[in-house]
Amino acid sequence: MKPLLVFAGLWLCGFAVDFSFDAFIQLILIYIMINMMLAMSLNLVNGYTGQFSLGHAGFMAVGAYTSGFLSTMLPPMAGGLQIFSYFFYAISGGLAAALAGWLVGLPSLRLKGDYLAIVTLGFGEIIRVILLNTQAVGGARGMYGILGPTDWDLGGFVVSKFVIGYTHALFWVVLCFLTIWRLIRSSHGRAFLSVREDEVAAEAMGVNTTQAKVRAFVLSSFFAGVAGSIFAHYANYLNPGSFAFMRSIDAVIMVVLGGMGSLSGSLLAAVFITVLPEALRPLKDLTGVDLRMVIYSLSLILLMILRPKGLFGSNEITDFIRRKSSAQKVKA
Amino acid sequence: MRRSLLVALVVLPFLASCTKKNAGNEIVIGHYGSMTGSEATFGQSTDEGIRLAIDEINATGGIKGKKIKLITMDDQGKAEEAASVVTRLIEQEKVVALLGEVASSRSLAAAPIAQAKKVPMLTPSSTNPKVTEVGDFIFRACFIDPFQGTVMAKFASENLKAKKVAILRDVKSDYSVGLADFFAAKFKELGGEIVADVSYQGSDVDFKAQLTQIKSKNPDALFIPGYYTEVGLIARQARELGIKSTLMGGDGWDSPKLSEIGKEAVNGAYFSNHYSTESKEPAAIDFMNKFKAKYNKQPDGLSSVAYDATKMLIKAIEASPEIKASAIRDQLAAVKEFQGATGKITIDDKRNAVKSAVVVQVDGSNNKYVTTINP
Amino acid sequence: MEDFVQHIINGVSLGSIYALIALGYTMVYGILQLINFAHSDVYMMGAFASYYTAMFLGRDNQPGVGTLVILLVASMVACSLLGLVIERFCYRPLRKAPKLNILITAIGVSLFLEYFAQVVFGADPKVFPSVLNDTVLAEMNGVQLKSSDVTVLAVTVIMMLILNFVIYKTMLGKAMRATSTNMSVASLMGVNTDKIIAFTFIVGSSLAGVGSVLVGMKYPKIDPLMGMLIGLKAFVAAVLGGIGNIAGAVLGGLLMGVSEEMVVGYLSSTYRDAFAFGILIVILIFRPSGLLGKNSVEKV
Repeated sequence: MKPLLVFAGLWLCGFAVDFSFDAFIQLILIYIMINMMLAMSLNLVNGYTGQFSLGHAGFMAVGAYTSGFLSTMLPPMAGGLQIFSYFFYAISGGLAAALAGWLVGLPSLRLKGDYLAIVTLGFGEIIRVILLNTQAVGGARGMYGILGPTDWDLGGFVVSKFVIGYTHALFWVVLCFLTIWRLIRSSHGRAFLSVREDEVAAEAMGVNTTQAKVRAFVLSSFFAGVAGSIFAHYANYLNPGSFAFMRSIDAVIMVVLGGMGSLSGSLLAAVFITVLPEALRPLKDLTGVDLRMVIYSLSLILLMILRPKGLFGSNEITDFIRRKSSAQKVKA
Repeated sequence: MRRSLLVALVVLPFLASCTKKNAGNEIVIGHYGSMTGSEATFGQSTDEGIRLAIDEINATGGIKGKKIKLITMDDQGKAEEAASVVTRLIEQEKVVALLGEVASSRSLAAAPIAQAKKVPMLTPSSTNPKVTEVGDFIFRACFIDPFQGTVMAKFASENLKAKKVAILRDVKSDYSVGLADFFAAKFKELGGEIVADVSYQGSDVDFKAQLTQIKSKNPDALFIPGYYTEVGLIARQARELGIKSTLMGGDGWDSPKLSEIGKEAVNGAYFSNHYSTESKEPAAIDFMNKFKAKYNKQPDGLSSVAYDATKMLIKAIEASPEIKASAIRDQLAAVKEFQGATGKITIDDKRNAVKSAVVVQVDGSNNKYVTTINP
Repeated sequence: MEDFVQHIINGVSLGSIYALIALGYTMVYGILQLINFAHSDVYMMGAFASYYTAMFLGRDNQPGVGTLVILLVASMVACSLLGLVIERFCYRPLRKAPKLNILITAIGVSLFLEYFAQVVFGADPKVFPSVLNDTVLAEMNGVQLKSSDVTVLAVTVIMMLILNFVIYKTMLGKAMRATSTNMSVASLMGVNTDKIIAFTFIVGSSLAGVGSVLVGMKYPKIDPLMGMLIGLKAFVAAVLGGIGNIAGAVLGGLLMGVSEEMVVGYLSSTYRDAFAFGILIVILIFRPSGLLGKNSVEKV
C-alpha cells in the first residue's frame, strides 16, 4: 500500500513540475531518474554483492540500442496507449541487457576484485566498439530520430509528453527501488550479502556463490538496460560515445558517493552528480574561464576525504529518521 | 567544521544555479560546443571564430542599437550533454539563434530540440547531410560530405592520375566515416580502385600497424579524412615506414598544427579546403589579419568557418524586420551570394551551404592554392 | 614475411611503451592494492613539464643527448613531486577507508588533472620538442629497425631490472614487500610504512616521467588528454601480466602491443580495441590472476 502512495505522490509532483518548470529542468529531472536507476542497479553488484563491475555503461548501451531499434520497427501506439509501448520497449531493452549480463557474468564472475573490474570494463568497451561499427544502428554518426513520448490530447485537457515520459521513468525507478529493497531483505538477498562479507564462509554455509553473483549481475544489467531504454526515448538520439568508459565510472562514483549498500544514498548521489555539473555552469560568468569541471573533480575528492564511507555509509535514510525518533522517545 | 564544510559542498551548487540573469537590451545568441573533453580543441577553435565576429559587430554598435551577447555552453563532446545544453540555452537563456556543433553526431542530437522549439540553428562545420534534414530550422555554413568526397575523388583521379588509393579513416568520427564512404564511392565510379580501407580511432597515437598493411598494397595515394590532431602523426609514421604515396585529406586538416606536428612529412600533401592562405580575396585576408591581431596565431579551418557562420547569422538578424526566431530563420533561408572569408555562400532549398571548394597543397605553414572546384 | 617482421617490430615498440607506463601502475598496486587512475595524468603532466622546460631553455629544436638528459630530469622531478603531493593529500587521509573510496579519489584526481591542464595549458595539441635524432640501425628488405624503437625497449627492460633489484635485493625493497604483505604488521616491525608508500609513489611517478619523454620523442604530439587511452591500455597490460608483478607488467605490455598490432595487421583494424580486450578476457578466464600473478588460494 505504502509504495503505491509514494508512487502516486511523486506522480502528482510530475504534474506540478510540468506546469511550473521549463523543459530544461524537466530534462534534468529525467536524467536524474536515469542516473538513479544506474546507481541503484550497480549498487546491487558493487555495494550488496561486493563485486567490482566497471562495465555498466555497456549494459545500458545494449538496453538503449535494443529499445531504440525496436521502436523503429514497431512505432509506439498513439495517445495514452503509448505508455504501454514504452513499457514494452523498456522490458525488451532490459531483457537484452540481462542476456548480455548473463553472457558476460557467467565466465567472468569467478574472477576476483580488480580482475573482474577489468574484464567487465573490457566487455563494456567491446560492446561500444561493436556498436561503433554497426551501420544498422548508425555507427559513429549515431542513431537519430528515435521516437519519444508525445502529447496526449484528452479533448481539451492535454497530458504533456513530459508527464508521460516522467510517469514511465518514475514507474521504473520505483520498481527498481522496491525490487532491490525487498530483494536484499529476502533469503536471496542474504545470499548476496554473505558473498560480500565472506565468500568462503558463504560457500561453507551452502550458498551457491557463483549463482548468487550471476543473479545479482543479471538483475543489475536488466535495470541498467531499462535505464538505457528510458534514455533512448527521452534523448531521441543515441551515440556509442555516450556509453564510453567514463559513464561506467560515473555510475561507480554515484554508488560510492552515496554509500556502498545504501539505496537512498544512491538516489541522493544521483541527484548530486547530475545537478552539480549543470549548476556550476553560471560560474563561468564570474571566473571567465571554464572551471566547472575542475571544481566538480575537486569536490569529488573533498567529499571522499570528508566522508570516506559515502554520504550514507551502508545506512538508509530511514535509519537516520528511526534513530532520531527513537532517541526522542528515550528522552520522553 | 567537517560537517558544515560537507553541507556547504552539497548545498552550494544548488544555490549557484539560482543566480539571476540579466535581460537587457541585448540580442542573445547561444553557442554549444565541446569546450572541454577529448574534442575541446575543436570547440575552442570554433568559439574563437565566433567571438571574433561578434566582437567586430559589437564594436560597430551592434544591430539596430542592440549589442549581441554570446553565451557559450560546454557539452564536453557528449551527445546527451549537447541536448541538455541546447534545451538550457533555449529555455533559460532565451536565445534567438543557435550556433554549433562541430561534430555532426552532436548536431544531430541537438537539432530536433531546436527544431521543436522553432529556434534557428546554424552549424558551422557539421558536414553530414543528415543534419539539415532534421527540419526547416536547421542550417549549415559549410559544404557537405558528398561534395567534399567528390572533390577529392575527382582530384585524385584527374589531377594526380591515381589508380590505386588506400583509405585510412577514423571510425570514431562520423565526419571521417562519411567522407571516406563518399570518396570511395565516387573514386570507384571514376574507374579507380580502393586497395585498402583501414581504420583507426581518434586519439590513437600509433598507426604503424595500419600503415604497414597499406604499404604492402603499394597505393598511388593515401586518403586520410581525419583531423589535424592525428594526421600529423600519421604522416610522420607513414614516411618513417617508407610509404611514398601522395597524402590527401579533407578540411579537417586545416590547422597550423598540422605542419608543426607533421613537419616535412606532410609537405606536398593535398587536401580540400574552404580557402587557401594565398587567397587574394579581401574578405579572407581581412579575416586572417584580424584573427592574428586578436589571438596572436594563425586561424584554423574551424575558426574560419565559424567566423563565416556567425557573420551570416548576423547578416540574417540585421535583415530581419523584427528580432524573432522565425524571422531570423526566414532570412537565413534567403541568404544568397554571401561573401565570407571562406568564399561565396548561398543557402539552397535544403538549407545547405553551396560554396566552392579549393584544393590546397601543404607547404610548411602555408597552404598553396592548387585548384578550385565548383559545386 | 617483411610485413610480419615489421608488425613484430611495431608491436614490440608500442608494447614497450605500454610496459613502461604499466610499471608505474603495478608498483603502486603492489603496495596499496590501489588502481592509481591518476598515474596516466601524472604522465601527461610530465610531458608538459618537459615541454615547457625545453621552451624555457630554448632547446625545443636541438636534438641530442644533452636535451634528452635535461628533459628526463625535468619530467622526473615534476612527476615525482606531483606523485608525492597526490599521495600526501589525497590518498593518505584515506588509508583506512574501503578500497573503492580511494579508487574514486584517484578518479577524482585524474579528472582534476585533466581539466586543470585543459584550462592552464589549453586544449590544443602541442608539439613535443625533438629529443633525439632517429637513426636506422638495421635494414632488411625495406624493414627498418629504428633507434627510437630500441631505446624505448632498452629503457623499459633496464627499468624493470633496476626495480627488481631494488625490490628483491635491498633492505628498502624488503620493507616495501613487508608493507605490501601486511601494512600493520610491517609498521609493528619498525617499518615506516608512510615513508615506504611515499617512496613507491616517487618511483612510480618518475617512471611515468621517463615514459612521457620517450613517448613524446616517438609521438611528438602532447595534449591534456594524452594519458587517457594509453593509460587505460597500460593498466590493462599490467593486469594481464598479473598486477603487482614487475616482470608481469613488462610481459603484459609487450603482449598487448604485439597482439594489437597483429589484430590490425591480420584481422580487422576496426575492431582493434575489441580484439585486444577479447584477448585479455580469454587470458584472464584461463589464468584468473594474470600471466605471472600468484594465484592466491583463499583460506579461512
